[in-house]
Amino acid sequence: MADPMKIRAQMKGDIAEIRVLMSHPMETGQRKDSNGKIIPAHHITSITVDVGGKRIIQGQTGPAVSRNPVFGFKVKGPKAGDKVVIHWEDNKGDKRTDEATIS
Amino acid sequence: MKKRIGALMAVMAMSAAFAAHAQQPVKKAAPNAAGATDATTADFEKFRDVLEEDNPAELFEARGEELWKAKRGPHNVSLAETCDLGLGVGKLKGAYVQLPRYFADADAVMDAERRIAYCMVKHQGFKAEDLAKKPFSSGNYTPELVSLTTYVAGHSRKMKFAVPQKHPKEKETYQIGKEIFAYRAGPWDFSCSTCHGQEGMRIRTQNLPNLSTSEGALRAVQGWPGYRMTGGVMHTLQWRLNDCFRQQRFPEPNYVSPSLTALLSYMTVNANGQMYKGPGIKR
Amino acid sequence: MDALRRTLLKGAGATGAIAAAIAAGVLKPSQVLAAEYNRTAFEAKDVAGALKGVGAGSTTESKDIVIRAPDIAENGAVVPVDVVSNIPNTISLAVLVDKNPSPLTSAFDFANGALPEMALRVKMGQTSLVEAIAKTADGKYYIAKKEVKVTVGGCGG
Repeated sequence: MADPMKIRAQMKGDIAEIRVLMSHPMETGQRKDSNGKIIPAHHITSITVDVGGKRIIQGQTGPAVSRNPVFGFKVKGPKAGDKVVIHWEDNKGDKRTDEATIS
Repeated sequence: MKKRIGALMAVMAMSAAFAAHAQQPVKKAAPNAAGATDATTADFEKFRDVLEEDNPAELFEARGEELWKAKRGPHNVSLAETCDLGLGVGKLKGAYVQLPRYFADADAVMDAERRIAYCMVKHQGFKAEDLAKKPFSSGNYTPELVSLTTYVAGHSRKMKFAVPQKHPKEKETYQIGKEIFAYRAGPWDFSCSTCHGQEGMRIRTQNLPNLSTSEGALRAVQGWPGYRMTGGVMHTLQWRLNDCFRQQRFPEPNYVSPSLTALLSYMTVNANGQMYKGPGIKR
Repeated sequence: MDALRRTLLKGAGATGAIAAAIAAGVLKPSQVLAAEYNRTAFEAKDVAGALKGVGAGSTTESKDIVIRAPDIAENGAVVPVDVVSNIPNTISLAVLVDKNPSPLTSAFDFANGALPEMALRVKMGQTSLVEAIAKTADGKYYIAKKEVKVTVGGCGG
């Protein structure tokens, strides 16, 4: 089971700024281990962000996103107290959903 | 004094792992190159600030928090209810910036990582040799002690270093650290101070701080524990100092050895009065 | 979901059946995403292939896409990149690194008030152009580029 995400969501005027930190190795599939064996690709493939029950962002990622990924998004319209739900899945079928409240 | 240093050096493991791909150590910055280097350094620092806004170190702090609060080990107790980092059992706020310090229960001066290891052994019943088996992060592996140290350090964010120098052993440990800092040995006859005891030294693009000054000492302890971009792993000052010994072609010290506490004491006391920013990000 | 349906992400794998299933609310969004992972675009070995993979036949250079990234990255493993599209009706953004083995790093679709901007950190194997592609609601593609130098070596921390 993957570690929880760290989600920060804060109103700045009428825009909510959302930052998320994910715990993931994001292996490219091109690195070798100390025995010269290729380490298989293991990376997040899809991400969704829902705010106040509405899907605001969906995206896909390849192995060139840095290890332990960080993303920042902005959305206009929500209010403090609205819920932010972020979900990711990777190429091995691991997944994780976490939520936070906009402050 | 000579005799004591000898004894401390003997504490270090004798299995010298000499780096095959060792880098040439130090060159003085050419005066005309200094300007360009400073501009690059400024650019690096600007973006390191960006990176520190969302530092993956937080993921390790979160892991450390779970480990700190959980009942674990053969004795099934938590560190939160047993471990005194110098300010009272379970007290975390400001503890990291006041270490290394003297602990009466151990009759020894200890740095943060050594103290946490001590608590894990004494209170939770873990075996010291198990903690020392694989003490540094690599790949997807992060030792529990690294996450714990990161968690503890996170409770001293934006606080000033205030390492005590009251107890005779604290003063003595500082002096030993100062001696080790200047102790020349190894195939290249190096000491820490060869690279870190004067101004204007660098390795490739890295400017090397002069740790005998307050500014330089702060640069050395600032940002640790640090999330290292290379490899994407979390490291503590134990790892960093260990790597200094490796780069000097010295035998590497034992994990949480008293000689590292002494060096940390020297460096951190020199940085006293300056602000610790919290777990950081390193190249 | 309507806005999110016309996206950069729908690769060759998105079939009519899946689209119908979404419309009928049969599949959870997560299943949809998994089914639609745009392998063609992400595994393309050059920018042209990646662009083709996301359906961008032709792109127009635009100064209205702002890329914020360091001129020199301290470490290619973690290069912070910030992209903002000031082009009206931008619905998707993608970030590419020209000289990576596979240039496409990520692509995001925006709806329901999400601003067409994103911040992320990417890996760069060497000095390269970083490119940002914006797609607008009328199906047009725009591009902006910024060079990021990657230094290697050094030690310590």
